[in-house]
Amino acid sequence: MLFQPAIIALLLASGVAVAMLTAAAPFAVQVIRQWDIASGSERQLALERRTYLFSTLAVFIMVVQLVALLLFVFNADRMSEMFVGAMCAVGTLNVNPWGFPALLAQMAVFFLAAAWLAVNHVDTRAPDYPLVRVKYALLLILLPALAFSFGLQLKYFLGLKADVITSCCGSLFSGDAKGLAAEVAALKPVPAMLLFYGTIAVSAGLTFRHARTRRGGYAAAAASAAAFVATLVGVLSFVSLYIYEHPNHHCPFCILKPEYGHQGYWLYVPLFAATAAGLGVGALQPFRQVASLKDIVPAVSARLASIAAIGYLLVAAIATMMVLRSNLILIEH
Amino acid sequence: MNAWIEKQRHLIDFTLASLARRRTKNFGLLLVYTLLVFVLASVALYTHALRQEAAQVLKQSPEIILQRMVAGRHDLIPPGYIEKIGRIRGVQAIEGRLWGYYYDPVVKANYTFMAPAAEAVRPGTLTVGPAVARSRGLAPGNTISFRAYSGKLFSFTVAGVLPHSSELVSADLVLMSEADFRAFFAYPAGHHTDIALSVANPLEVRNVAAKLAAVLPDSRPILREEVLRTYASVFDWREGIVLALLSAAIFAFAILAWEKASGLSAEEKREIGILKAIGWETGDIIKMKLWEGGLISFTAFLVGFIAAYVQVFRFGAPLFEPVLKGWSVLYPRFELVPAIDSLQVATLFFFTVFPYMAAVLVPIWRAAITDPDAAMRS
Repeated sequence: MLFQPAIIALLLASGVAVAMLTAAAPFAVQVIRQWDIASGSERQLALERRTYLFSTLAVFIMVVQLVALLLFVFNADRMSEMFVGAMCAVGTLNVNPWGFPALLAQMAVFFLAAAWLAVNHVDTRAPDYPLVRVKYALLLILLPALAFSFGLQLKYFLGLKADVITSCCGSLFSGDAKGLAAEVAALKPVPAMLLFYGTIAVSAGLTFRHARTRRGGYAAAAASAAAFVATLVGVLSFVSLYIYEHPNHHCPFCILKPEYGHQGYWLYVPLFAATAAGLGVGALQPFRQVASLKDIVPAVSARLASIAAIGYLLVAAIATMMVLRSNLILIEH
Repeated sequence: MNAWIEKQRHLIDFTLASLARRRTKNFGLLLVYTLLVFVLASVALYTHALRQEAAQVLKQSPEIILQRMVAGRHDLIPPGYIEKIGRIRGVQAIEGRLWGYYYDPVVKANYTFMAPAAEAVRPGTLTVGPAVARSRGLAPGNTISFRAYSGKLFSFTVAGVLPHSSELVSADLVLMSEADFRAFFAYPAGHHTDIALSVANPLEVRNVAAKLAAVLPDSRPILREEVLRTYASVFDWREGIVLALLSAAIFAFAILAWEKASGLSAEEKREIGILKAIGWETGDIIKMKLWEGGLISFTAFLVGFIAAYVQVFRFGAPLFEPVLKGWSVLYPRFELVPAIDSLQVATLFFFTVFPYMAAVLVPIWRAAITDPDAAMRS
């Protein structure tokens, strides 16, 4: 089922990204081996000039990857009508074993890309480009990740057969099913709420503290990762129930559907933005001590932390509003 | 933050002024770019509207249609079949339908003859679809004769023409009374063409179909959702094929963008040289050039998309109609309901802006690293 416009677009985006990064790889190796900011040699000048090209290229690729994640999910949701048994993105992703790995890989690429962009941002603001080597080494790590994600996508899209009867979200995310998702879905609403609000409060607090005092960067990043997981658990175990007003429907993808007013995007977009910013804080911490970054890293990471804090508060507020507006009663007073 | 916005604002300001200074060069690119967006957006909008239309039409159709198969071919439903089905839980109504095709040698087109159960058509009269009325020049009160497959000639009076609003489903339809239908086709008494079942709960449709297949092993249930799914894939596939064919155009466009962006005029080179001499950094020049690309993309996207919208929904997409819609002698004329799909806008963006930006990156960089003295001296 390759001739779907959105599939062609997604493959085009990741294919071009992989090609561009592959083209940049030899240069990255050259930078790692020969970069010497103190030298005035012709080679160093040429290297410096080329970093402009490859930095712009990398930024372009990363930004495209951020958008591609959104398109991937959007497309999976839309294509569900073409598969027997599918009611939302879950069914589409379940058509063959490559669907969920492709989604997870795209998510991983999303966060890696965000972290790389944060490192790149501080590096370009310092006069002596202290992180050039680190940046290009990271780029070399990102290349296989991106290629892997592209491979999974290709495998997934090539294996999409319309005659496969797939399973619907009801069977995957029900309390009786087996597997991690089902375990999480079976969580009782009260402990799930405590977990969700507790983790969000802690991570909003830690990121906010980092934004104010510029201390505890790693803790803030770890809390961001925890908040990401806790929010997904919360969506699975209670937020989705309130949105559907149904005590047994736990699907985290159906909330993206137009029937529910695309409410999921209100939750997921701030969540992913906040988590990306929070992880960015963590990615910057190792470079606090670099001489030319002494002022830059704390400032940038404080800004990222405040974005993360606002994002998490927004997630909590939106989730609370969804719960309050719902007619479902899960917890009796 | 404010300083950053202020800086971007000045960059945009400068970029706009510099774009305006080289009007003819940029206008050519803008024109081609807009044309590309226009073509791709027309395809996307048109297929989406068709998909919507199909879904809208099928909304009214029965959930399950049961056909009898003999040696793998569609055959008539003999008497007693409807009773055999009996009561299946969840089925609201069972109805035997009578319809068939008639080839009219006068206009060389196929009509669908049908004896509706719901509304009575008086014997000896017909109600015809709008396309039939158009092709044969019929109006209420006219008389028309058809030669039946048996060779006998039958004459009918046209009682009415179906409204234009239903044309997508009724273009080639001819409604007649059951007695006339059976006489015209020499249809055996008590037989039906197929059986329509309406099921209230969509989740029950598959169960009902399974039960039907168990009770009547020689039958084939056709589900509405399957028809819908097929339509959706067919339209998506057609759109994908057209886009894949147009990918050559996208490539050509990317090459053009590359050429345009790398062919700097002496004046532009001098400009960059001067900018660098007065303190602009390479990064600033790259930013300015990216803004230039961004502004051109945005304008082309907006103009192209609006033009496509007007073409499709105001003029009925004359350019792509034959490929995307399919064809037939008595093709219905219908108005498309304007609809924009955000997924398609996002996809379109990947098909146009993404290749453009990817193509101009290297030329932009090449322009930005020029040494000021070299640029000004040349």
